[in-house]
Amino acid sequence: MSEAREAEKIPVTVLTGYLGAGKTTLLNRILSEPHGKRYAVVVNEFGEIGIDNELVIGADEEVFEMNNGCICCTVRGDLIRIIEGLMRRKGRFDAIIVETTGLADPAPVAQTFFVDEDVQKAARLDAVVTVADAKWLAHRLRDAPEAKNQIAFADVIIINKTDLVSPAELREVEARIRAINPYATLHRAEKCDVALADVLERRAFDLDRILDIEPDFLNAEDDHDHDHGHAHEHHGLKHYHDEDMQSVSVRLDGDVDPAKFMPWINRVTQEQGPNILRCKGIVAMKNDAKRFVFQGVHMMLDGDSQREWRPEEKRESKVVFIGRNLEEEAIRKGFLACAA
Amino acid sequence: MSDAQNTTSLTQHVRAFDVGSQAVAAAFLGEAPAMALADGAVLIGEPDGLKRVAAHPDAVILTAASEGTTLLTGGDDGRVTAIGGDGKATEIADEKGRWIDALAIRGQNFAWSAGKAVRARDEAGQVRTWAAPSSVRGLAFQPKGYRVAASHYNGVALWFPKVEGAPQTLEWKGAHLDATFSPDGRFLVTSMQENALHGWRLVDARNMRMSGYPGKTRSLSWSHDGNWLATSGADAAVVWPFKDKDGPMGKAPRECGVREARVTKVAFHPRALVLAIGYADGLVLLCRLADAAEILVRRPGGGAVGALAWNASGARLLFGLESGEAGLLNLPG
Repeated sequence: MSEAREAEKIPVTVLTGYLGAGKTTLLNRILSEPHGKRYAVVVNEFGEIGIDNELVIGADEEVFEMNNGCICCTVRGDLIRIIEGLMRRKGRFDAIIVETTGLADPAPVAQTFFVDEDVQKAARLDAVVTVADAKWLAHRLRDAPEAKNQIAFADVIIINKTDLVSPAELREVEARIRAINPYATLHRAEKCDVALADVLERRAFDLDRILDIEPDFLNAEDDHDHDHGHAHEHHGLKHYHDEDMQSVSVRLDGDVDPAKFMPWINRVTQEQGPNILRCKGIVAMKNDAKRFVFQGVHMMLDGDSQREWRPEEKRESKVVFIGRNLEEEAIRKGFLACAA
Repeated sequence: MSDAQNTTSLTQHVRAFDVGSQAVAAAFLGEAPAMALADGAVLIGEPDGLKRVAAHPDAVILTAASEGTTLLTGGDDGRVTAIGGDGKATEIADEKGRWIDALAIRGQNFAWSAGKAVRARDEAGQVRTWAAPSSVRGLAFQPKGYRVAASHYNGVALWFPKVEGAPQTLEWKGAHLDATFSPDGRFLVTSMQENALHGWRLVDARNMRMSGYPGKTRSLSWSHDGNWLATSGADAAVVWPFKDKDGPMGKAPRECGVREARVTKVAFHPRALVLAIGYADGLVLLCRLADAAEILVRRPGGGAVGALAWNASGARLLFGLESGEAGLLNLPG
């Protein structure tokens, strides 16, 4: 796929978040900014109302299982139909925003972009943005598996309503989020007051953008130059361990043998696919001047040779998995055994 | 077309013209060529005297269906419009902005769907409604009797609008898209999300699986004798045999017009076993089923062929592309 073709694709931003977290506030914020862009907005038919936009499409959130031998392969049938229809308006809008219901699992939306050829040709998934309620998220993580999925799946997490919690409570909720997903970019907000650039055009699913997969602990502080009056004591960041949702990150110094690695990554995603929500990696393949990058959703993998390793760059390989009840030791040993 | 070996191109018999918007569907309304466009308009008439009908002002035509005298269009404005050869447009339905997803027409019987709502209108203008279990993507009238097939997730419903009670459902796991009956009414075929077709022999609901497509099949066309079903979705038109009582079961399909480009539209000639094929690269050709002889109608360029239709006598072929380029072939002799 040439760069030009990719650039022509319509970017799709997925907004998730538990009921009442502030998705609609964020959506209206995006739409009302003077960005000069025209958005097609897909909302749930029975969800919140009051979206001020010319092109709003009501969706049914129809999740279809695919008969392709992949047990966790589900797609959003309504989204396939809507994107097909929106392509008839090509040139009359610039981007699509999909707002999911509070109880939605983001995986079928993301998988739609891996599975459906027509959707893939027309559109690209830009990022999954999750809005979290600073006051209530910790409770939802305990009683609502959907809320945990939405955090685990996210590329960008907006901790909203920070004005309603104390600095200690905020640190607590951030630590809870990090226990599940250390890789998403965190932003603190009141009434979803985040910069559009923090939410849109993230290219989080773009293989060329998988440059660095270091945990992202400090962005919440770094990105906000305005002080909300609470102490910035991130030195004292608490570490939590979430009971059933974790991330596993494994680093390997030096090269990987593709003859070992390819079967291994396929086996891991096939066997543990239902439990793996997201995975990413940058791999130094033996005798290959280029970096191999991959990313995946459940059992679906997308990988490609990327740019060349730079002379000053250390050739090392790293894989990251976020998921439920991951077999951490098996993943660690399996990956390290792929060393060339 | 008996001298196909000598005449390998008909391009000099094509009148090329520009319709200014993505072509969604082509039809002949009586003898008048008609093309439904993405920009909400329907163009009617000869290329040098095109009449523009604003069927869906400020909206988009999502789907269209025709049966020789009337073109039915459904838009993202929630409206269903019937257009005749004289260019007169009649509003059939207004679903208040809900997208029209599927349409079917047979004579003065119309059917349409918006999400899960399926409606059918009879000759007298009476509209009846059925709520499907999931969004309906394809509709087809059974050749005989007032009965509509509505394809949805995990099956197809066979609905008698005038009969109370739940419709009969033909079940098959997966998302069913377009639906079509064989002309003799013996078979019902759907295209599926999983790059396959599914069929049922209606007498005993026996299942038929037709798979192996690299892409989705979104264009289906029956031969005039009802013995063949041509399909898009591969780098050739895949043509399934339906003559025998078992349909295509245990038989290999024919392949017509094998090229390194995806077939997007197929249309069987109304009187001969000749198939018009449109490709993703804008090429159009005719292929004779008997010997797979090919005749070029349009060279590649301009994006995918999105609309393709013969007139009733089979003397003219109308096609339109994604780019808004269009052509009208007048067969010589």
